[in-house]
Amino acid sequence: MTAPGLKPSREGYVEGLLEAGRRNPRVVVVEGDVARSIGSYAFREEFPGRYFNLGISEQDMMGEAAGLALAGFIPFAATYGVFASGRAWDQIRTSICYMNLAVRIGGAHGGLSVGPDGATHQALEDIALMRVLPRMKVLVPADSNQTRASVLASLETDGPVYIRFGRNPVPQLYPPDAVVRFGRGNLLREGTDALIVACGALVAIAVDAAESLSMVGISAGVLDMVSIKPLDGDLLLEQTRGVSCVVTAEDHQAAGGLFGAVAEYLCRHRPLPVSPVAVQDSFGTSGSPGEVMEMFGLTSEAVAAEVLRLLRRG
Amino acid sequence: MKLHCDTDDPGREGRESSAGDLTEIARTVRLDILSMIRGAGSGHPGGSFSAVEILVELYWEVLRIHPEDPAWAARDRFVLSKGHACPALYSVLARRGYFDPSQLCTFRKLGSRLQGHPNMEHLPGLDASTGSLGQGLSISCGMALGLRLDGLDSRVFCLLGDGELQEGSVWESAMSASQFGLNRLTAIVDRNRVQLDDRVSAVMEIEPLADKWLAFGWDVIVADGHSFASMKKAFEHCAGSPFPSVIIADTLKGRGVSFMEGSAAWHGRCPDDSEYAAAVAEIEGGLT
Repeated sequence: MTAPGLKPSREGYVEGLLEAGRRNPRVVVVEGDVARSIGSYAFREEFPGRYFNLGISEQDMMGEAAGLALAGFIPFAATYGVFASGRAWDQIRTSICYMNLAVRIGGAHGGLSVGPDGATHQALEDIALMRVLPRMKVLVPADSNQTRASVLASLETDGPVYIRFGRNPVPQLYPPDAVVRFGRGNLLREGTDALIVACGALVAIAVDAAESLSMVGISAGVLDMVSIKPLDGDLLLEQTRGVSCVVTAEDHQAAGGLFGAVAEYLCRHRPLPVSPVAVQDSFGTSGSPGEVMEMFGLTSEAVAAEVLRLLRRG
Repeated sequence: MKLHCDTDDPGREGRESSAGDLTEIARTVRLDILSMIRGAGSGHPGGSFSAVEILVELYWEVLRIHPEDPAWAARDRFVLSKGHACPALYSVLARRGYFDPSQLCTFRKLGSRLQGHPNMEHLPGLDASTGSLGQGLSISCGMALGLRLDGLDSRVFCLLGDGELQEGSVWESAMSASQFGLNRLTAIVDRNRVQLDDRVSAVMEIEPLADKWLAFGWDVIVADGHSFASMKKAFEHCAGSPFPSVIIADTLKGRGVSFMEGSAAWHGRCPDDSEYAAAVAEIEGGLT
């Protein structure tokens, strides 16, 4: 049962797809035999002619999405993030990004949210894999409303977009009319001592961490970097003015993801101690999402501890 | 950006292709291929030569296109999945009127629209960017789906290498073309039987090819890929098929230059001065 105030982000993806389909008749969906899992069968029921199940063939799925985009459609191609980003990476690179095609890739079950399925199904490298591709934009929404908004935002931009969303219920941080804009993060809390930059499932955890830090007299800001590429450098600069350290938080490898994006930006524009709360160069494992997150140190306690560690060191 | 180049090109001045004479066009295309690769110092002559008649037949006799309006929505599409054969396609596009043939000599050079593998962004007439093998048929299927959704009867053609069929993704798209009943889709396999390292059968056998495509639910036609009459008949057959069709075009790698024919060594090699002169002489001498 879903607790009150909790909702899986994937439900927002489906809501966004349906809304996108209603707003724009050029929106089509291509998927690889995970529609029941993601919930996007609802799109097929409403728009049967605009839904294509390609079966378990991610490479073909991405190529067909490219072909549909070349024919003037706006395809949403979704499967589990681990396969969407990894299994068909070369197709995304050559057949989508190189042609700058308007393909929207849904990376479902992002991060550790698919807990019991274990390492093979936990997408922990997808942000890195997508972020390095020229022209690719990367959104990592934190709740279902922001996921819905991400889907709708993708209708307003050119070129390829990767949207990563989770499987398990997470706290609703945003209202139903939330808006996502490329290159714009959301400041959820101001702070003067430290800044926590988080994405996806770690945003709610970062908010909790900041709250517990405030109990011990430390003022930590929280920035939801929903748009990892393009990164909101302006907001980062604004919110790091005066703080002495930055901690990033994500359910992804430390290498190449949010930490990579933030550290790359800050080392050029505002060198500060930056430290990741993330998976550290290892594969995931089976367990409930909460257990696995705890095992990998992706908790509010760990985020708060990392802030304290950096502050004391400084 | 425009590039001019100064590759020495004896015998090319004043040669005009005659629209009615496909054999003469094919000869011009082969000479273009040679001079492009020679000018670039690299490229893929073997698989370009094997595809010449297929492309000439398509662009002069089959495709519904308006070179003066390359983005015409109802045009037929062509995807060169074996992107390394782009010298042949560039020559065909230029000779068909998509751009000035004087640009062919910029092939593979800095700033050129004629990239080492096709980039559609800057070159009119290309329907897709390709080069990483095994992806063109998926793109073609997606195009065919989209065109059908729009109620257009445009056909989509996709040229694959036979070695390329070793890519598993080709068979993923072969399944979906059949599943979705894409009867406006025609794949052509340039069966020249040689890939980069060796003969296809020695590297990784893909035969029996006709049986494989049949098993995937395709209409299969085997044709002589160097005979315009044979290819014309094959394309006509495909037009009326209720299934996706594949033409297995038997060809000769390096066709037209005796010392390149059937040779894996000439998959991706540039001829030196004497080889270039000998090749030009052979092609001008009347082969094909």
